[in-house]
Amino acid sequence: MSGFPILSIMLAVPFVGALWCLFAPGSDEARARGARVTALAASLIDFALGIVLWLGYQTGGPRWQFVEKSDVFGRFSWALGVDGIAMLLIVLTVFLVPLCILASWKAIAKRVPEYMAVFLLTEILMLGVFMAQDLFLFYIMFEGGLIPMYLIIGIWGGARRIYASYKFFLYTLLGSLLMLIAMLMMAHTAGTTSIPALMAYNFPPAMQDWLFLAFFASFAVKMPMWPVHTWLPDAHVEAPTAGSVILAGVMLKLAGYGFLRFALPMFPQASAHYMWLIFALSMIATVYTSLVALVQKDMKKLIAYSSVAHMALVTFGLFAFNEQGIEGGMMVMLGHGLVSSALFLCVGVVYDRLHTREIDRYGGIANNMPAYATFFLFFTMASVGLPGLSNFPGEFLSMMGTYEISSWAAFVAVTGIITGAAYMLYLYRRIAFGPQKNADAAAMPDLEPREWLILAPLAAATLWMGVYPESFIAPMRQDVAAILVRLHPTAPASDAALTAPPARPVMAKPAIAAAGER
Amino acid sequence: MGYTASFALSLPEIILSFGAIALMLAAAWAGDKASKAISVIAVALLAGAAASLLGPSGSGGVGYDGLYVADGFSAFSKLLIYVSAAIAIIIAPGFFDREGEMRAEFPVLILLSAVGMGMMVSAIDLLSLYVGLELQSLAAYVLASFLRRDGRSAEAGLKYFVLGALASGILLYGISLLYGFSGGTSFHAVAVAMHAGVGTGLLFGLVFVLAGLAFKIAAVPFHMWTPDVYEGSPTPVTAFFASAPKVAAMGLLVRVAIEAMGPAGDEWRQIMIFCALASTILGAVAAIGQTNIKRLMAYSSINNVGFALFGLVPGTAYGASGVLTYMTVYIAMTLGSLLCILQMRDAEGNPVETIASLSGLSRTRPGLAAAFAVFMFSLAGIPPLFGFWPKFMVFDALVDVGMWPLAMIGIATSVIGAFYYLKIVKTIYFDEPSDVRFVPLRSTTEGVLILIAALFVSPLGYFTVPLLGKATLDAATALF
Repeated sequence: MSGFPILSIMLAVPFVGALWCLFAPGSDEARARGARVTALAASLIDFALGIVLWLGYQTGGPRWQFVEKSDVFGRFSWALGVDGIAMLLIVLTVFLVPLCILASWKAIAKRVPEYMAVFLLTEILMLGVFMAQDLFLFYIMFEGGLIPMYLIIGIWGGARRIYASYKFFLYTLLGSLLMLIAMLMMAHTAGTTSIPALMAYNFPPAMQDWLFLAFFASFAVKMPMWPVHTWLPDAHVEAPTAGSVILAGVMLKLAGYGFLRFALPMFPQASAHYMWLIFALSMIATVYTSLVALVQKDMKKLIAYSSVAHMALVTFGLFAFNEQGIEGGMMVMLGHGLVSSALFLCVGVVYDRLHTREIDRYGGIANNMPAYATFFLFFTMASVGLPGLSNFPGEFLSMMGTYEISSWAAFVAVTGIITGAAYMLYLYRRIAFGPQKNADAAAMPDLEPREWLILAPLAAATLWMGVYPESFIAPMRQDVAAILVRLHPTAPASDAALTAPPARPVMAKPAIAAAGER
Repeated sequence: MGYTASFALSLPEIILSFGAIALMLAAAWAGDKASKAISVIAVALLAGAAASLLGPSGSGGVGYDGLYVADGFSAFSKLLIYVSAAIAIIIAPGFFDREGEMRAEFPVLILLSAVGMGMMVSAIDLLSLYVGLELQSLAAYVLASFLRRDGRSAEAGLKYFVLGALASGILLYGISLLYGFSGGTSFHAVAVAMHAGVGTGLLFGLVFVLAGLAFKIAAVPFHMWTPDVYEGSPTPVTAFFASAPKVAAMGLLVRVAIEAMGPAGDEWRQIMIFCALASTILGAVAAIGQTNIKRLMAYSSINNVGFALFGLVPGTAYGASGVLTYMTVYIAMTLGSLLCILQMRDAEGNPVETIASLSGLSRTRPGLAAAFAVFMFSLAGIPPLFGFWPKFMVFDALVDVGMWPLAMIGIATSVIGAFYYLKIVKTIYFDEPSDVRFVPLRSTTEGVLILIAALFVSPLGYFTVPLLGKATLDAATALF
């Protein structure tokens, strides 16, 4: 637009911050303090740039904005640019990272400079995924995210951190390698590595199936979809609070973004072809993981399973092939990004005090931590999908879209909402209400200012998204419409769009028969 | 072509041969106390040989009546070989001095080996091929057992010699078959004969020659010497074995496969596919249980050779450029890792080689630990590190010719490999510090070399892609 490379700068700021965290001189203590401040400052600058990005984004303007391109790498290019979908996810990322750093302020006591540096690197790679307009740049960023996350889980994680870090790394690596081969095929067939060009390219239908399956292998693991979701609960439980937040808030969105950016517009026929595969897996995920969440004894695990269930709503929506569905899927991603992050942060607050995530160790803490209990209730309600809070618009739209294409899939999806309410309320009751059976839990002090600072912005954003979702839907509407144009010719027929027979009072019966034959 | 012109083509070999002979005399005369000066001169000779590649010896064409060629491919390979050889000479004194075993012959042997390797990548005749290969190997056998008083080193030398002699025999037998059934020893004559039809005799010759060469690059099923030799040899020698001879043998294999056996592509492709898959899988699986870091690096080299072979499978210029790219990045990664291993010394200065001793290295030596982690992630081929790029190139070459099912299988095996590289990172970063404390870095040269290698395989390496891509593609095109 103006020639100001805002996207590159958003990637450069955390990088400089990370270098400073690592190489700043001084005693250990001074370095740790310096690293915290540096990381917070870098992430806040990025947040400010994110706001500038949002304000500068012209809704209804050109499809790709803030475009940058440089051919420094020969075979692929440093091509950045955002559309509305990417812009919103970028804003979500830069919003969450400062909160994560605040949440790690005291919780991370060992090797602070390294932690902050790795965290900022994660931010770069996540942002890079959303910004990349070149196939291989996307891949490098997408896969590169594994390394810092592996280190975060492995170094600063809980007791079974090593198992969890391996599982996370190898699961996701296997999936994404298949995607790499598919990308190579695409680059050879289409003769370009530019994502916008590929989104307009028509691959032969037979090839689309293979390409779709390869991308599906990668995104299904990342999403995660049943049955390859098992890395997620382990990773979440073992990761430090901030790691869980970034994992749930941003990393899971990479897969949804991938579906929107690659699978749907590039392989429309194959997407239609495999719609039922996606629906089937999503249906199983909704029912199964909700039931599993119901019996969890570990708070983080419960929320992790609820993430899988919510992500199933995303895949339902994205593969509904209509505006409501896709916009709903995106809104669920954004809402879930806020709410699941907030829930993990809430868990972190009590974990910092009592160092256990076992639900039974708490109880009745609404008495001694009223402010905390209020926030927790607020986010629980948002997660359940209470109208007026962030998850409701997304879940509603997503299910509406699903209902339009398949009433059966929608029927199963709705059960997820009901069980979702069950396990979340059950969790809340066990933690916040009831008798104060544990003395140490009853003695926990309420939120300190730093924790207020973390939870209050999240609550505000949650409320905003619930009350006025248009701010979030407006930037993406045009991009969703563009995807629908690609999908439209091959979108599967809907089973719910029963066309009413033209009102002919006398000859009603033959008209119904004709409609039935169709 | 007159002999003057031929001499001009082989200027690097001439510089190195005469230099090596002169240095040998100097070594005999002045004894081991001159080893430092001899090392310096040897490195200078290698630099001179590399500089001479800018002249006719870089792209002058065929010389010595069709025994020797100087083209872009040989020049690129020689450059890699000379750099690796120079690094081996530079890092040697730091290791051998402590044992009191630094001898003036070490640089001379490396130089002689470099002459042989130069011949290997320049050979376009089966006989010059064999002579070059033997010259390289003979020097290498001595290098492997350079620590005379160390039993493991002697064992490594002996094993290398016995198995190497066997492989040479196989190779020679294959050469005799090719000669017998084609009527000539030049690559061109073999290619003409194969073009007319690959009969049983030629086929046998092909198989035997490829078996002999597979031994030299340590591809499965001819790999079994590698772990023992890598483990037993002194670490600077291991670093040398893992880099220069690998490049030379790989270059030789590519040239033989394309220039001599090009018409029999369908025949050797099956062999390459098998070797590539077997090497990547076995190199990855067998490495998992290792406790000695040098042994692990040996399996890692087997694994990497497998990946490089994938680039040869399509038999295209693009694939061959992938192989060259692979070798370039691979030597940076493997030399870097072995330089890090060289730093593993306990308080008395004795080398430590167990993986367990690396525990918690990130706490005690953060810089070294970070470099180690960069090399490991890079060897695993995880972006954004540059080790991803060569894998990308070879699989791209496979997809280019439509062999994507093979690419899928090949790339899936790299997940197994990732596991054991992760294991090292886990030991370094996640585990509690072990009671072994490494002595601090003493040599700034080694520190600088590690830093350069780490920067090259870091994401900064992508800035070299245009240059590297052009250089390797030019070099590979020279073969077609």
